[in-house]
Amino acid sequence: MNSSNSILRTQRMGPLLVLWLAGCLSGTWAVDRGNFKTCDQSAFCKRQRALKPGQSPYRALLETLELTNTKLTLQLINDNNKVRLLLELYRLQGNMTRVKINELKPLKPRFEVPDVLINDPPTEPLSLLSRDENGVVLSLGADSQRLIVSAKPFRLDIMEGREVLLSLNSRGLLAFEHLRIRKDTLLCNYFHLSPLLFLPSLKAKEDEKVEDGMWEETFKSHTDSKPNGPSSISLDFSLPGVENVYGIPEHADSLKLKATDGGDPYRLFNLDVFQYEVFNPMALYGAIPVMLSHSAQRTMGIFWLNAAETWVDISSNTAGKTVFGQMLDYVQGSSETPQTDVRWISESGIIDVFIMLGPTPTDVFSQYASLTGTQAFPPLSALAYHQCRWNYNDQEDVAAVDQGFDDHDIPYDFIWLDIEHTDGKRYFTWDPHKFPQPKDMLQGLLDKRRKMVTIVDPHIKVDSSYKIHNEIRSKGFYVKSKDGGDYEGWCWPGNSGYPDFTNPEMRAWWASMFAYDQYEGSMENMYTWNDMNEPSVFNGPEVTMHKDALHGNWENRDLHNLYGLYVQRATAEGLIERSGGVERPFVLARAFFAGSQRYGAVWTGDNAAEWEHLKISIPMCLSLGLVGVSFCGADVGGFFKSPSTELLVRWYQTGAYQPFFRAHAHLDTPRREPWLFGPENTALIREAVRQRYALLPYWYQLFYHAHHSGQPVMRPLWVEYPQDTATFSMDDQFLLGRDLLVHPVTEEGARGVTAYLPGKGEVWFDVHTFQKHNGAQNLYIPVTISSIPVFQRGGSIISRKARVRRSSSCMEHDPYTLFVALSPKRFAQGELYIDDGHTFNFDKQKQFIHRRFSFANNALSSRNLAPGSQFTTFSWVEKIVILGASKPSKATLKTPDGKESQLEFEFDASMSVLTLRKPGVNAGLDWTVVLQ
Amino acid sequence: MSCALLLLLMSLALAMGTGAAVEIQRPRGVPLSKRQFYEENKPFTCLDGSSTIPFDRVNDDYCDCRDGSDEPGTAACPNGSFHCTNAGFRPTFIPSSRINDGICDCCDTTDEYNSGATCQNTCREMGRKERESLQIMAEITKEGFLLKQQLIHEAKRGQEDKQGKLTELQGSKKGLEEKVEALRTVKETAEDPEKEAKERHLKAWEEQKELIRMEKDKTRMAEAFLELDDDADGYVSVAELQSHLELDPDSDGSLSETETQGLLGGADKVDTSTFETVWSGIKDKYLSEVSQGQSEPPAPVETPQEEESRDFVSDHDSDHYPEDYAGEEDVEDDEEDDHEEEEEEEEKVPPTVQTPEKREDDEVSMPPYDTETQSLIDAAQKARDDFDEAERALREVDDQMKNLEKEIGFDFGPSAEFAYLYSQCYELSTSEYIYRLCPFNRVSQKPKFGGSETNLGLWGQWAGPEDNLYSVMKYDHGQGCWQGPNRSTTVKLTCGKETVVTSTSEPSRCEYLMEFTTPAVCQEPASLDEVLHGHTEL
Repeated sequence: MNSSNSILRTQRMGPLLVLWLAGCLSGTWAVDRGNFKTCDQSAFCKRQRALKPGQSPYRALLETLELTNTKLTLQLINDNNKVRLLLELYRLQGNMTRVKINELKPLKPRFEVPDVLINDPPTEPLSLLSRDENGVVLSLGADSQRLIVSAKPFRLDIMEGREVLLSLNSRGLLAFEHLRIRKDTLLCNYFHLSPLLFLPSLKAKEDEKVEDGMWEETFKSHTDSKPNGPSSISLDFSLPGVENVYGIPEHADSLKLKATDGGDPYRLFNLDVFQYEVFNPMALYGAIPVMLSHSAQRTMGIFWLNAAETWVDISSNTAGKTVFGQMLDYVQGSSETPQTDVRWISESGIIDVFIMLGPTPTDVFSQYASLTGTQAFPPLSALAYHQCRWNYNDQEDVAAVDQGFDDHDIPYDFIWLDIEHTDGKRYFTWDPHKFPQPKDMLQGLLDKRRKMVTIVDPHIKVDSSYKIHNEIRSKGFYVKSKDGGDYEGWCWPGNSGYPDFTNPEMRAWWASMFAYDQYEGSMENMYTWNDMNEPSVFNGPEVTMHKDALHGNWENRDLHNLYGLYVQRATAEGLIERSGGVERPFVLARAFFAGSQRYGAVWTGDNAAEWEHLKISIPMCLSLGLVGVSFCGADVGGFFKSPSTELLVRWYQTGAYQPFFRAHAHLDTPRREPWLFGPENTALIREAVRQRYALLPYWYQLFYHAHHSGQPVMRPLWVEYPQDTATFSMDDQFLLGRDLLVHPVTEEGARGVTAYLPGKGEVWFDVHTFQKHNGAQNLYIPVTISSIPVFQRGGSIISRKARVRRSSSCMEHDPYTLFVALSPKRFAQGELYIDDGHTFNFDKQKQFIHRRFSFANNALSSRNLAPGSQFTTFSWVEKIVILGASKPSKATLKTPDGKESQLEFEFDASMSVLTLRKPGVNAGLDWTVVLQ
Repeated sequence: MSCALLLLLMSLALAMGTGAAVEIQRPRGVPLSKRQFYEENKPFTCLDGSSTIPFDRVNDDYCDCRDGSDEPGTAACPNGSFHCTNAGFRPTFIPSSRINDGICDCCDTTDEYNSGATCQNTCREMGRKERESLQIMAEITKEGFLLKQQLIHEAKRGQEDKQGKLTELQGSKKGLEEKVEALRTVKETAEDPEKEAKERHLKAWEEQKELIRMEKDKTRMAEAFLELDDDADGYVSVAELQSHLELDPDSDGSLSETETQGLLGGADKVDTSTFETVWSGIKDKYLSEVSQGQSEPPAPVETPQEEESRDFVSDHDSDHYPEDYAGEEDVEDDEEDDHEEEEEEEEKVPPTVQTPEKREDDEVSMPPYDTETQSLIDAAQKARDDFDEAERALREVDDQMKNLEKEIGFDFGPSAEFAYLYSQCYELSTSEYIYRLCPFNRVSQKPKFGGSETNLGLWGQWAGPEDNLYSVMKYDHGQGCWQGPNRSTTVKLTCGKETVVTSTSEPSRCEYLMEFTTPAVCQEPASLDEVLHGHTEL
């Protein structure tokens, strides 16, 4: 939805906000960078970045080494200030290594991120291979992997054979700001404290010169009180042989991360950025501190489990080189191997890193999924088309838009209500004039088998006549300010409180508010949208919460990036509870963290109706997919500004092939429902949406896999073609699963696009014309305004429902058409997943169908992939289209009962397309079609 | 489930003149008009001719024809359509995708024959309701159309009236112009002798004033002599004059003897007659000993002037303030009239300012004109007044003509049926705002509970579709929106007996939609009437 900003509100808000808005707007469309910190303006980032690579002051005290069945512990000492750290090393099941570094004896506990890992990751034993005064060598189990701990200076190297996979602190940038007593309060406190704690730091006094920003920091008009002083941490990672790193969303930047030398590091700090710009490393709404490295040899991942403000520096010894320079290296036999160096800096907490050793992309996805869980399996309808706008004004408007879709024969599943539907921005309520009968409205939608989403933001209007506020206040559930009172800030309703979602009791209470008898006017076809959950605080520093605000004992500083995850979690739990645990929830959130994938969908926030924003939607969602969040989308049409008709059409065509498919628009833009741009454009949009609906079985199957095994739905090409270097920085096209390649048209006035079809010796079929193209080529495709270049991989079988109806629910029992795209070796394989589409019965009672389709030796068969499961469907197979086929003399359908029947078929010789007429078999049964 | 539903026999009761029912068989979803293409047991040729299939593949839930014509009764073809007979209501086509989708689309329930949806046949009820509403609409249309005739008639008459008035005005304008010219001559003729007489009077008065002035000077000289002649010896001596430092010729602060002698024409003392020449040299500087030290700004004259000018300014302020505040957009038409009046006032104001200035000069007032002059002046003034009067009348006629021409020039529809809306306003009150539509002028919105009025658009043009241009009015260039366009309003006109705004909405930010009923858009109801008659008689 909406941003932190609209002038409309100023009329209803106090003068304070008006001033703030005036400052924020300053009449331009671009982001006001001055509102957000650069590394230089963030004291800890500046301090840490001032440290240059060199000899590390840290030394491992090998005599302190302890090795148990589950972990190795070892003390580290900083020779400059004698502060000791405790290193813990774990070998985790599934080829991962966990490195934890904390102060040995911190003044007070440092924050360790809870609720992100789905369990205590199971370990595998480490064994000591050798040990001398310089260090120890540990075996990491399989694959001749070793972990070498060097003592002086301290460093870790993970080797496989003779190859170094990854080194930690090889550049000496491990820096751990220990907690300390404030110098100017030292004397009065001195005698109350144990001298033991204190002596080391006294000795090292010279090293601890107090720098600006250690104990207090001011940005614009906001002062951060920093009662705990400096607490930041930093560590470097070197990746020999690696030229490509990805991930660490959310940034509006290319898929392949750029070197940050000479600029700002990538920043991870959940912020409500008004009118963000593309192609820059500024922080956005969400943060997932996970980076993937990839080379033709290996894919690995680094998961930096820290929820504080984080900056990531990337440098590469090849990044600056031109292609020519690289050629020269090659020709001249340059000895330098490519290497990428990465450095993570966080404001507080501890170092807790999971090194996922791959070696394949699929392995890394599984490894990360084993730590933080997988994508929530959405209700099928959530994968269909969503119609949103800030705002659909009233019940009549909702009814009219709903009718508009039927009048123009465009399917849709969800209509959304933004903040204006509430009674004065009091969430869980309805505007009594505009939405006097919400249940009538919802029933009207239900009658058409459609659904609604209403917005519930986490800022709560401070208003003693508002039940939600009163309960939160009386239960003490609000976040507290540093002085201990309820923290208050400005947001849509005016003065607002922010519930402490880190508190499990608070979350339980929040979840209970979604019960049908609590959320008045709600019904089972109404779902939820959590916007502004960074949290957005209009008058806060960088439009978010003060870092010294308190969540229980912890500062917002420690867990800022987790807040949004908790909001979405509590909401999703509420939706599950209201149905007695039966129904799958659907919750969209703007802010997120590692693990957010377990709770629903995210979108790329308040983008703009510009071609650049359409293009950036691809790398933004690809990056999220790589780190677990598959259910991603961008506002179709662009949130701010008004798209040209061409841009809107192209955005629908692109969005139809991205996971979360929702049109949205700012309050101040003209209406843009699909039928408002003339019959031709209506037809183009209708066609794009219909293509989405026809492909829903495949989407659903991909999401089942994402849920089941953590594989991303929308994938960069290199994930499936890891050795094809041509694909490594590609982000204008993508794969859906393995089998569909999409190259949306994202250029204004395009007459053609050049798509790269990967795979030497493979073939791809244009899904619209069935034309066959060879893999491993750049294919120029002439396009018109109706073109959506999509290709099916030869060797795959994709199920569609060709009978597109007005909502996905209406298509539940419809038959399938199988598209069998033969590989050059006349082979193909595919799957089909079916369940009830909306409950947890697939999981709890194994009520689902999972079929494997195989085409080999001129026979196509359907076999059960999940013998333990059971589910019956009315759906049947109405048509089989075999691409790249030759003409058979006959086609025989065989069913398990021994019956055989001949199928009629058509053969299109020009395209080599064989269409088998009406097999008619139930989609849940075994069958075989033999071609002769 | 492959529910290959083949031919479904539909029985359709067709009401014939005799009331006999005939059963006609046709596949599900086929309209009667296409029945002949679906002949049982004969191969079916797709309606686009693309292929021919055995008849058992019609409605077998598999799409064989590219045009979808083989599956009129199933959802198999993406581009098919299904015909609902809807006996008792209107027959209709729905897209095939709505067959058996669990949602009742046809009021006769025929679209949901295998979905488990429980649909009620609502055709009769809908038919009844439709007939009722058609009846009501027809009545409204009928009455509305009558009213429209009246409106057209009135408009025609109004137009004629206006035209007549315009012609009349043109006539009277001519007369007035002549009158103005005649009166201008009269005025000018009367003003010449007036001017002469006035000048004569003034000249005499100037001469008289000069005499008085000279007399005064003489008196002052005599007084000065007496004042200076301290020893009363009949002479003014050097010593006696020396005390008057203000006469110092070189302004060095002292009046030396030589300097004083110089003032006295070289003599040591002068008598009254010689003083006459001395006086002419010093009278401009000379300060009377009596008035010296006694400050003398007798300013009572200025006070009234200041007050008056302040009044004038503040008057102006209070007139202009609201206008500035409200912003240009908020100047309403009736306000415009005020505005014009005000401007006229402005023109009238300056003379009242000048009056006090004149008064200031008048230490001694001019004697009244003699009767002869006065009568000339009176005559001239009357001529002037007559002229002004005539000219104002002419201007008024001009204005009236301009307004009339504007009104006559307006596009009030093909038969000027919308003319009656001109210079009218219609309001609609919602929970928050009062909306005001002044056709052919402007649309505005005013918060019910305080706050200033917002201009939602000024009359733009008729904006209906080509075949129905006069069904939509467009008002644009309203108050600007933040980061958006200027506000605009689309007014949709529907037939009604009354002229009333029935609804307003803001479907898109700053783009308003207003529904407005008026008899002026009611269409000739003849055909509808016929239909209704048919129905009722049945």
